[in-house]
Amino acid sequence: MAEMPVIDPQRCDGCGLCVGVCHCNALALVNDIITIIETVECDWCTDCEAVCLTGAISCPFEIILQEP
Amino acid sequence: MAVQLEFLKSILYFSDLGLAELESIRKLVFEKTADRAEMVLLEGESAANLYFVASGVVKVFRTSAEGKEQILSIVRPGESFNDVPIFDGGPNPASARTMGPILLYGIKKNDMEAILRDYPQIALNVIKVLARRVRHLVSLVEDLSFKHVISRVAKILFEHIGGEMGRGPRLTQQEMAAMAGTAREVVGRSLKALEEEGAIKLDRHRIIITDKEALQKIMEVPS
Repeated sequence: MAEMPVIDPQRCDGCGLCVGVCHCNALALVNDIITIIETVECDWCTDCEAVCLTGAISCPFEIILQEP
Repeated sequence: MAVQLEFLKSILYFSDLGLAELESIRKLVFEKTADRAEMVLLEGESAANLYFVASGVVKVFRTSAEGKEQILSIVRPGESFNDVPIFDGGPNPASARTMGPILLYGIKKNDMEAILRDYPQIALNVIKVLARRVRHLVSLVEDLSFKHVISRVAKILFEHIGGEMGRGPRLTQQEMAAMAGTAREVVGRSLKALEEEGAIKLDRHRIIITDKEALQKIMEVPS
């Protein structure tokens, strides 16, 4: 399962800006709420998070230490 | 597609005008469409048009001699860009690139000057737009000039390494920005700088600390 951005449907106002900026078509508006379409193409560019004014999308990073 | 009067009315520049005035302005507005990742403006070129975003998003940025980008603003529907050179007559102070398919409404520089002469009541709203822009840029200048954000971002990464027993807390760039007391755009740049220093590697949703000592050294720079 590919790791994908996280949606908070309560915060989504259905503006659709994130759909327009997603270059891998991983986002779609379903009944005016953003829905994730799982894809390995998502390269975590975080543009969807950057354009969202309501904070409905987040692209969290896991921070790990490389094994020596 | 005809330029919508309701959309013009929703733009701060023209929000105090009546339908008759908006109708005259509409005749001077042209449409421009562009696909994803197209350059709409190039920094240093002479400014010909003022743009309003009707749909989509535009990234306004400057590029350093080394090719590094600093985002100045993300322009969303209803907002304008390229205002400054339209009024001061200078070249474009920044470049603009679309972040997805976009529809812009443009007004030529000379037409905008005529609109200001014909409807001086919009001047106050133009000043409000420019004043907000100045406030935003002053804040960005403070972040970039006076704060060693990179050392703080390094510290945040160090303090949030996932433990051996499982996943550590996951952080968005927005959360890192809030912790570092800076803007999200500055965090993005700091992460890229840390990657260039060889301290970390960005691997999709993972930030891998590849050189712990290098990260600690960067952390020690006083902030």
